[in-house]
This record gives sequence, structure tokens and C-alpha cells, in this order.
Amino acid sequence: MTLPEEEVAEELTPGVPGRGPRRAPSRGRVVVRRFLGSRQGAAGLAVLVVMFLLAFAGPLLSPWSYTDRDFTAFLQPPSASHWFGTLQTGADVYAVTLRGMQKSLIVGLLAALVSTALAALVGAFAGYFPGWADRTLTWLTDLLLVLPAFLILAIMSPVFGEGTWALFVLMLALFLWMVTSKIVRSMTVSLKRREFIQAARFMGVRPVTIIFRHVLPNLSSLLIVDATLNVSAAILTETSLSYFGFGIQPPDVSFGTLIADGSKTAVYAPWTFWFVAGLLVVTVLAVNLVGDALRDAFDPTSTRPR
Amino acid sequence: MAGFLARRLLNYLVLVAVAASLAYMLAATALDPRSNYADRTPKPPPAVIDAQLTALNLNDQVPLLERYAVWAGGVLHGDLGKSVTGSPVNDDIARRAGVTFRLVVLGMIVGSVGGVLLGALAAVRQYGWFDRVSTALSFAVLAVPVVVLANMLILFATWLNDRLGTQVFLVSGEYTGGLDTGFWGSVLDRIQHLVLPTASLSLALVAVFSRYQRNMMLDVLGADFVRTARAKGLSRRAALTRHALRTALVPVMTYFAFTFGALLTGATFTEKIFGWHGLGEQLINSIFTNDVNTVAAIALLAAVAVLCASLASDLLHAALDPRVRAG
Repeated sequence: MTLPEEEVAEELTPGVPGRGPRRAPSRGRVVVRRFLGSRQGAAGLAVLVVMFLLAFAGPLLSPWSYTDRDFTAFLQPPSASHWFGTLQTGADVYAVTLRGMQKSLIVGLLAALVSTALAALVGAFAGYFPGWADRTLTWLTDLLLVLPAFLILAIMSPVFGEGTWALFVLMLALFLWMVTSKIVRSMTVSLKRREFIQAARFMGVRPVTIIFRHVLPNLSSLLIVDATLNVSAAILTETSLSYFGFGIQPPDVSFGTLIADGSKTAVYAPWTFWFVAGLLVVTVLAVNLVGDALRDAFDPTSTRPR
Repeated sequence: MAGFLARRLLNYLVLVAVAASLAYMLAATALDPRSNYADRTPKPPPAVIDAQLTALNLNDQVPLLERYAVWAGGVLHGDLGKSVTGSPVNDDIARRAGVTFRLVVLGMIVGSVGGVLLGALAAVRQYGWFDRVSTALSFAVLAVPVVVLANMLILFATWLNDRLGTQVFLVSGEYTGGLDTGFWGSVLDRIQHLVLPTASLSLALVAVFSRYQRNMMLDVLGADFVRTARAKGLSRRAALTRHALRTALVPVMTYFAFTFGALLTGATFTEKIFGWHGLGEQLINSIFTNDVNTVAAIALLAAVAVLCASLASDLLHAALDPRVRAG
């Protein structure tokens, strides 16, 4: 899967500038070059950067904040003073949309990180320690896989009050990791038979150290791709939950709550729905494109026409 | 083969039992039926509330394990308990299960067959125009959550109906009540109601399956056995369908079990948005009304459904792959 020898060799010679023509290019640089070289990867990344800038710097451009109400303009179409129009309450659609985007992006990123970390740990431990540890962890994974995530999160929703969105992120992450953990487990089982891990074991390195220093770094490409794709999965799940009132609670807003409100007025006030829906779709699409391009960039055998 | 299935079945039964118990405990802890009585005017005395909650097995002052034992005992005898209004959950669930079943089965068939066909076609002509278009479309569809897709379809249908001046697509409910147009009229009416929910449920499934099937098919197309099949004189079509497609279907079938849970969730959204009175709609409503027994019953059914799908995918897997039967 990866070439740890090259990485080690490079770490050992940090002071030597890589000018020699025979010097092998570092794996990281190869991946970055392949990633940026693919059209969809570069486009996805650019869109994502624009989205982040819009979400975090965009609110500074507008005179309205997401809590403001303009009592002279209810449900008005886009104009010079309200760029995306206003809602029935007089709230500025531009301001609330960007606020919702901030929330959705943060929730998505954090949930993806937590779930990938969980998948890596559970999968690696289950694969490395056969016997009861493997059986318990695998059984737990299967159990969470049969429980529909939406159902459990919805049942738990009364617990997510105001200001407990960190708990919401954790619960979201708890239902995203299972499939990856199964893949990590089977890859760990085969990695464990490889020579470099055998060598480390016979040198007396502790199993936990082996997992963190040898097993997980060798699965890094899978984990990076998985984390990226989990961002979109988390954003989509969060949107659906918040749509039905089970996720982010008012007065805070997210894509889901905004789409739920907007869909009620969408027929005669399209700006309340399409700006939010459009931004959501573009964001998720960009994340998916980045994930897909990363997978190709990491895969030495893939050949994709430009 | 029989031993393999028996082991699987036993494992699944244990998983269902644990999953349903967990769902009941969660629901009983997180939901608060007592709060339903708080807004009533005049406010009933606490003793009356307690007596009513106890009669429904919802009293939060009874220890959780005791409530669980009563519930589990009832479930083993086929009794799912009573809803917060006091009506038996069984009747309600039985009526609604049919609605959800029709929606899910249709969405599943359309989604998986459509996805497999699209993916296989795209793989056969890799990087052709069809492959490019279907790849771009499936990327776009995968970025749209079901809740947004359903709303977009409703908006589109409203716009189209306005444009054409007639009701082509009906966006609310399963059928028009009190319709008197004979058998074919009511069939047409049901189809008009059915098109959009099925589309919103199966489009995402088509996208997922077509991506997956395309990749599997590409792996298989270059394999030696497909070339051998061609070399022994089979036509291209026969080699592709009988040898390549069949082999490529095996991992997709395994994947099928994973998507079934997502399909149930999607059905929940679809039902709620299109106003179908199925289990999913009831789930969302019963969480808002703190209806612990109904929530637990739906969780139990969902777990059973997911495991039936897993078992079906095991069976299909065994039917398609002789090595599983031997093992």
C-alpha cells in the first residue's frame, strides 16, 4: 500500500538538499502533484476554499448579522440591501445562510475527524489482537451497523439542548465509523504478517507502539480519503437531522433548519430555499470531488485521463 | 450450507435482540412522557398522571429494568405495548407497515436494478459519453440529501403542473380520498402519487449502486476468464452478462445489506415530506409526542428489516458464488 522505507530514508537525511537527479521524489510530493494535476481535485479544492472563506469572512461584508431582523422588509426578494433577500421573520438570508454554513462545516469536519480516528483505533486493535478483543470489537461494530443511525440520533435528540452541539458531533461520529473500521481491521490482519511488523515484534516493541508507529501510518492513505468522504456524510446527516428538528436547535441555525424553513415558502419565495440548498449541494459536491481525487492520487495503479 | 445459514441466523437473532433492547432503553431514558401532561388545562393531579403512566408502562419512577422486563415480556408474546394515547401499538404499526413496505420495496427494486444496469453499461464503454454523463450525474445526486431532493422534486412538480395546467404529479399522500373513478382511475391516481416519492428514494440508491457496480465491472472486464469466455466462442453479449456481470454482482450484493439501513432512513424522510402515513412518519411524530413504546416498536421492526436484508444478501451471495456454498 505505502512505501515506508522511502519515508524513513527521507527522515534520516533531513539536511541534504534534494538536488541530486537520482533522488526519488517524496511520496507526499507525488501525491500532492497528482492531486493538483487532476482537474476535479483542483476544482474541488478551490471551491472548498471559496466556501470556507465565504462562511467565515463573508459575514463581515454584510451589515446584517444572523440575529438581526429587518422589520421593514418581510419576505423580500434579493435587493441591494439584502443580497439574498429576507425571510418571513425579516432575517437576512445572506447572514443566516453563512451562519448555518459555518455550523454545518464545523460539525461536518469535527464529526469526520472523530469518526475516522475511532475507525482507525477500533479496526487496528481488532485486527492486531485476535481472540476475544477482535470478537468483541467486531460484534460491537456489527451491532452499531444494524441500528439505523437516524433512529438512535433522533431518539437522543431531547438530550441535545442549547449549547450541547459538541455532544451532537460525538453522537454523529459514533454512527459513521463502522464500515471503515471493518476495512481497517482486514488490512491490519494482513499488515501484521509483513516483515517490518514481524521485525518490530521480535525486537520487543510493545503492541500498542507498533499499532501507532507502524500499522496506522501504513493505512494513512485510506484514512485520509475516508476522513474526507466522512465530512460530506456528516454534513448530509446533520442536515437531515436538523431538518426534522433533531439536530442543531434554534436559535442556532444550520443548513438543515434553514432548508426546513425555506422549503415551506419556496413556492412563492424561491430565494429562501435555493440559496441554502445550492450552497449545501456545492459544498458536499466539492468535498466528494476532493475525496475522489485524493483516492486516485494515493493509488499508484490508477490511471485516469485528464 | 445449512450450517452456515443457521450460524448466521443465530448471530442475527442475538443482534436483533440486543439492538431492540438498546433502542428501548435509550427511548425510555431520553423521552419524557410525563411532560405530555404538563400543558393540559386543567392540570391533572400527580397521582392521576402516575396511575395513567403506570398503566401504559411509561412511568419514569418505576426502575428502567422493571419497565424493560414488562416490555420485553410483552414483545415475546407479540404485544408491543400501548402508545401514549392508550391505543395498542400493534394495530397502528400493522396498518402503517404496509405503506412503508410498498414504498421501500419499490424504491429498492428501482434503485438497485437501475443502478446495476447503469453501472454495467457505463463500465462496458469506459470513458465513453455514457460513462462520463452517468458519472457526473451520480456525483451530483450523491451531493443532494434526500430531504433537499424531495423538496426539489415537489417544487419541480408544482412548477410543471402549473405550466401544463393539469395535475400530472400529486405530491401529498398515498392516494386521493373519496375518488370514484373505477379501478383504472384509482390505479392511475396511485401511480401519480407514487412517482415522486419513489424517485426521491431511489435516485440516491441508483447513484451509489451505479458507481459501485461500474468499479466492480471494470475490475472483472480485464480478467482472464472473460477473455476465455470470448475465446471459446461466446458472443460479446453472452460473455458480458453470463460471466462478467454475474461475477461483478457478488460484492455488490454484499454491499446491498449495508445500504438497506440507509434506505429505511430515506423512506422516513420521504414519508414525512410527501405525507405518506407510514412507519417513518410515525417515528418522527412519536418522538415529538414522547411515545416510548411506538418508538421501540419501530426500532425493533427496523432492526428486523435490516437483518432480513443481510440474510437475503447472504442467500444471494451463496446463490451467485459457489465458494460460499462449499465453505
